[in-house]
Amino acid sequence: MSADTLSAPPRAVRFRGALLPLALFALLAVVPFVAGALGQPFYVSLFTRIMIFAVAALALDLVLGYGGMVSLGHAAYMGVGAYAIGILSFHGVDSGWLQWPLGIGAAALAALVIGALSLRTRGVYFIMITLAFAQMLYYTANALSTYGGDDGMTLWGRSSFSGLVKLSDARTFYWIVFAVLALSYLGLRRVVASKFGRVLRGCKENERRMAAIGYNTALYKLAAFVLSGALAGLSGVLLANHTEFVSPAYMSWVRSGDLIVMVVIGGLGTLHGPIAGAVLVLVLEEVLSKLTQHWWLIFGPLIVLTVWRAKGGVVRLFGGRA
Amino acid sequence: MKRTVLAAALMAGLALPAGAQDLRIGLMSTLTGPQAVTGQHLRDGFMLGVEHAGGKLGGLETKVTIVDDQLKPDVAVQEVEGLLKRDNVNIVAGVVYSNILMAVYKPVVESDAFLISANAGPAPVAGNRCSENFFNTSWQNDQTHGAVGKHVSDSGIKKVFLLAPNYQAGKDGLTGFKRHFKGEVVDEVYTKLGQLDFSAEIAKIQSAKPDAVYTFMPGGMGVNLVKQYAQAGLKDKIPLFSAFTVDETTLPATEDAGLGLFSASIWTPDLDNVANKRFVEDFRKKNGYVPSYFAAQAYDAARLIDAAVRQAGGVKDKAKLRAALRQAKFDSVRGAFAFNKNHFPVSDFYLVEAAKLPDGAPAMLKRKLVFEKYADDYAGECPMKW
Amino acid sequence: MDPILLAVQTLNGLQLGVLLFLVAAGLTLVFGIMDFINLAHGVQYMIGAYFAATFTAVTGSFLLGAALALPAAVLVGVALERVVFRHFYGRDHLDQVLATFGVIFFLTELVRVIWGPTPLSFPVPAWASHSVTLFGGATYPAYRLFIIGGGLAVAAGLYALVARTRFGMLVRAGASNPRMLQALGTDIKRLFLLVFALGAMLAGFAGLMAGPILSVEPSMGDNLLILAFVVIVIGGLGSIQGAFLGALLVGLVDTLGRSFLTDAVKLVLPASAAVDVGPALSSMLIYVLMAAVLIVSPTGLLPAKGATR
Repeated sequence: MSADTLSAPPRAVRFRGALLPLALFALLAVVPFVAGALGQPFYVSLFTRIMIFAVAALALDLVLGYGGMVSLGHAAYMGVGAYAIGILSFHGVDSGWLQWPLGIGAAALAALVIGALSLRTRGVYFIMITLAFAQMLYYTANALSTYGGDDGMTLWGRSSFSGLVKLSDARTFYWIVFAVLALSYLGLRRVVASKFGRVLRGCKENERRMAAIGYNTALYKLAAFVLSGALAGLSGVLLANHTEFVSPAYMSWVRSGDLIVMVVIGGLGTLHGPIAGAVLVLVLEEVLSKLTQHWWLIFGPLIVLTVWRAKGGVVRLFGGRA
Repeated sequence: MKRTVLAAALMAGLALPAGAQDLRIGLMSTLTGPQAVTGQHLRDGFMLGVEHAGGKLGGLETKVTIVDDQLKPDVAVQEVEGLLKRDNVNIVAGVVYSNILMAVYKPVVESDAFLISANAGPAPVAGNRCSENFFNTSWQNDQTHGAVGKHVSDSGIKKVFLLAPNYQAGKDGLTGFKRHFKGEVVDEVYTKLGQLDFSAEIAKIQSAKPDAVYTFMPGGMGVNLVKQYAQAGLKDKIPLFSAFTVDETTLPATEDAGLGLFSASIWTPDLDNVANKRFVEDFRKKNGYVPSYFAAQAYDAARLIDAAVRQAGGVKDKAKLRAALRQAKFDSVRGAFAFNKNHFPVSDFYLVEAAKLPDGAPAMLKRKLVFEKYADDYAGECPMKW
Repeated sequence: MDPILLAVQTLNGLQLGVLLFLVAAGLTLVFGIMDFINLAHGVQYMIGAYFAATFTAVTGSFLLGAALALPAAVLVGVALERVVFRHFYGRDHLDQVLATFGVIFFLTELVRVIWGPTPLSFPVPAWASHSVTLFGGATYPAYRLFIIGGGLAVAAGLYALVARTRFGMLVRAGASNPRMLQALGTDIKRLFLLVFALGAMLAGFAGLMAGPILSVEPSMGDNLLILAFVVIVIGGLGSIQGAFLGALLVGLVDTLGRSFLTDAVKLVLPASAAVDVGPALSSMLIYVLMAAVLIVSPTGLLPAKGATR
């Protein structure tokens, strides 16, 4: 249950709540400098990837944490965004002015259709129907033999923005992803604080009551779902540009599960929690997999312990709330 | 807690100062997930190659960083970035699967390092996307399929039924088979990737009554198919030919159901040459299982690096090292070894049969030569000249 | 269409359906009574197959191996319940999904460490390794008939247990209103453990039956888990009859789709396109089925009465 629907938190808590997101972004902002000072450009690339997943986790938090809709198919929207870039680039369209809006639009459209059909169900049925649609997209991508089928396809260049910015420069790209993440975060903060956000949370708490008051709850939930899908699509656009490669593996249901892990481990319904979750999960994966080939033996119990002990995610350990 | 983790991550990067005369190799393999067994073979083969050079490939102190691609292309890209930018490797070797190779291909060949595939050989990198910084010690994917196709054709079989998973390698594989098979294809069936149960396909085979079946079903899928095919009583009625389906990674699971099935390969554990005898003997002693072609090709990759670095007098001069790699002056476990102009080897292909080694362990054994010095069909599209 | 082929494929669909039912039944029971989503159920199936393969190899007898594997699988299930799962009863479904996700990671890797990544050998028992000649000269593996028979027998036994016994009455009551059951003084903890053990046994049984025809490897549970979830969602959560119906439906649709869909697509599209479209369609057919069922009937075909989840 989220406390913020009940009463405004006291000032001190609100201050501490703002501290943690600030610290997170500050940490992300110094990464290129630390990496530069250490002569380790690799960490720029690693944290670019982490921030890309943070954008997707943020998107998922909107439907999962605020709307109470457990989508087990969000990797599919990432995939749609990535494939839009890949397919356009395959046909010689390199302009980011075209690629990016089309990628986001395609993901939003997919989310609109899937959301409209899926929102008839709830609970576990909703989990499974979102999974079903994601699997359909996954198998479709596998069948696109023109675009490499399951081998995926290499992008022979990143998106171009009329020569304004060069995405091929690792640091430039880092700051662009950083900006996307920061703007998404701030934007979503505003969304969840707005009337729209309050209705959405109301639907999570008690949808029948919201409907009785006269809200078209289905419409609100669908709007949130589409917004979330579009943002996940944007992260897919970034991922395709980062790896310079697109593949059906981006859409696998395990990847959707990973996104849920990031959101829940970080802190459901907090917005900065999923960012922390993405950092934590991916850094752990990087460190543990260097430690031992059997790193899942450590990672598995860690997930269980976190969910068991740190109810509401690791950011709650710091006492902060959104 | 988060900060400690981050610090640990940064420290891990700092722990490897770049020495003056050492050789840094990144070995990329698939070590977790369903296909981990193939990755294990590849890794063990490569590491034996390093061991046989006394831990010093080409006489240089050798540091091998092993990374796991998890069979996820984006993870592979991330890992390879780490190898190139953090570990400053001179060579990235390994790579079991084509989709992983396609993902890491561009970042590596555009860097200062060489990429040496010990298994994956997708068509684009053999053809128009070939690179002077990429070498392959196995084969182009179509070749093994083509060799089986030629054998099936030569043995007078007229009608075949084709079966493969519905993915790119599956479609390419059957295309490769058809290129050298002259008879009639009665049906071509594509199954879901990771499919468990083949009863529907087996029933279709029974009803289509072909002279033979050709399949490409790697990993656990192949184990399932081979077991179920034998259980349906078809093994003795309609011969089952395959590629990358019955091998030393799956024979321990299929056992009798797999024995007697034919495939094609560039290498077998019983190939009669000095280098191979030493490899197979030491590999079994060290790892306790029979090596497969995954292991043999990776061992060859290590031996190739050893010879080339020695010949080039180090890794400083990239052009010199490339020239040495092209000459490939090492004793391959497959006998003679030579690169085509697209940096793929020109190898002999043998008909192989799942049978038992003298001590009873199942393995793929050589039966006869199908193709002599078989160059792949894409080399002509590669613009590289040397 | 060849009638013999159709009959054999129907038999194949039935066999897949029966196997799916064994896994799905445990899943839906645990969900129905305890409101607990156990993703690790697929791992329990995998462990059943590993135990059976190991014990069969040791004892040299399939039946003896199976007899040893079953209690061992139950023991693992009970241990999981005691150590991990019971902490997550009454928690959010999301927490349960995540915790059991962690258990999957752990156990899969543990099995890989203990038994190695190579698939295990598990031959079909000699007394069922032949093929039976059916109507019209078609042959069918005897072991698969054994699976169909064994699975149907277990289904019948399960139905009798749920419909006829006091335990079954509690199970049914628990599925429709667990809180009321607790208020009436039933030892809910004991009931939970029993139901969990029953679920583990069914998963283990499915694993040991499937072992000889499928590849026994660490990831064998993952694919099946998703299918089992599709089954119980189509059937309606918490309902044994629903799981049975869903399992047969999924088994038949999947098998018949794989055998006839590509040919059907060839009637509409040119052969070259059909080779691309047909297999992709048949791969996603069961998901299309599930989505269609849920769009028409958002709580599955036969939901447990009173269940609003």
